[in-house]
Amino acid sequence: MVKVGVLALQGAVREHIRSLEECGAEGIAIKKVEQLREVDGLILPGGESTAMRRLIDKYGFMEALKEFAAEGKPMFGTCAGLILLAKNLVGHKPHIGVMDITVERNSFGRQVDSFEADLAIKDVADNFPAVFIRAPHVVEAGAEVEILSKHNDRIVAAREGQFLGCSFHPELTDRHDITAYFVEMVKEAKAKQFV
Amino acid sequence: MKTGTDRVKRGMAEMQKGGVIMDVVNAEQARIAEDAGAVAVMALERVPSDIRAAGGVARMADPRIIEEVLNAVSIPVMAKARIGHIVEARVLEAMGVDYIDESEVLTPADEEYHLYKSDFTVPFVCGCRDLGEAARRIGEGASMLRTKGEPGTGNIVEAVRHMRKVNGQVRKVVGMNEDELMTEAKLLGAPFELLLEIKRLGRLPVVNFAAGGVATPADAALMMQLGADGVFVGSGIFKSENPAKFARAIVEATTHYQDYKLIAELSKELGAPMKGIEISSLSPENRMQERGW
Repeated sequence: MVKVGVLALQGAVREHIRSLEECGAEGIAIKKVEQLREVDGLILPGGESTAMRRLIDKYGFMEALKEFAAEGKPMFGTCAGLILLAKNLVGHKPHIGVMDITVERNSFGRQVDSFEADLAIKDVADNFPAVFIRAPHVVEAGAEVEILSKHNDRIVAAREGQFLGCSFHPELTDRHDITAYFVEMVKEAKAKQFV
Repeated sequence: MKTGTDRVKRGMAEMQKGGVIMDVVNAEQARIAEDAGAVAVMALERVPSDIRAAGGVARMADPRIIEEVLNAVSIPVMAKARIGHIVEARVLEAMGVDYIDESEVLTPADEEYHLYKSDFTVPFVCGCRDLGEAARRIGEGASMLRTKGEPGTGNIVEAVRHMRKVNGQVRKVVGMNEDELMTEAKLLGAPFELLLEIKRLGRLPVVNFAAGGVATPADAALMMQLGADGVFVGSGIFKSENPAKFARAIVEATTHYQDYKLIAELSKELGAPMKGIEISSLSPENRMQERGW
């Protein structure tokens, strides 16, 4: 069984762990830097990116997260997590900055504009119930980035090799397709390490 | 595409979990809160301890203050409306506030009815002291709960009482048989369907934060340990001697609420917390928690 961490500084941690367990992986809440060594992949959950960033800096997570990425281990960011992964942010300095995308925060508006919509996600599902909450979107994607889903012409899910990101919150639904897709990514990456 | 659904409204509160929501009265305080790692700010005209001191009727904040805070930060902005004041709530919704607190800290506008919150696109948070109150608020459409505590006192005792009460009653409902739930609903004054849902889920269907009397990092950690999903800090931060430092310490203690060495470290030389009030010295009419029905 693969072990997948969920960065547990703030946000929807419990839901991601439940979803991982549904997909047959072991989910571990990561509160300390040392715990990153135990896991084969990492989910950066939804929450408030500014709050997470402060705690990332405070507890020395930044270097460790960059190293985790450099080792080729898969990372999956949902909403705030997508913001943390992006190499470029509109109007802000990037955070971990490992995925070749430009992301705009709160780009669908304030909370009253938050919405649900059914999405087709390439290789994942034809009608995924996506929950967008003060959501960001991918404004620009690099040449190596595969666009997995769009909503109203905006990129809302994408993959670049070991990195997976989406604007919405799969953890707020009972659908585990996209988590299962990520768990497969983790299994493949782990298998490669042993070759 | 659907806006204002339960999932979207409750989901917004799920994203605040493990975080601290801070009361602020201007843009400068809002920036201090955001820099300290707050997950949201509550824009107010006065913090609860000042409302208490000022007396008179406490109302929704001046929209100028709310606008100033909305423009100052990128994190969500909440604001308070009086219990049952439909128009204050609609005004806040029209301004683009991200969450409304139908709050007993303000003077109630209706002494019989709360807002029908399901009618709104913007989500609401409401206070509760027991499961009956919690369930009635969820029944009206609240997407998030918080303990009432006793606001503006810097005294955690009431928030502890309310958190233990609600969680104890949730455990009781979860352990009951279906055929016992209707009588329990009658006793609690709670909608029956909601008790069924709580039994099925094994917990409340919305998040429940601690609020009302959190004054120190240890208070915040205590509430997390008692099962709070996150923490509201009202007067505790900007009535302390060093708000920026206090705010950071409370955020860290909330994240690492079981790391006692760390809490000891970050509680050192914080300066004086807000001056507290002993609850028994408050006459019943001065207890904000008694407001709400």
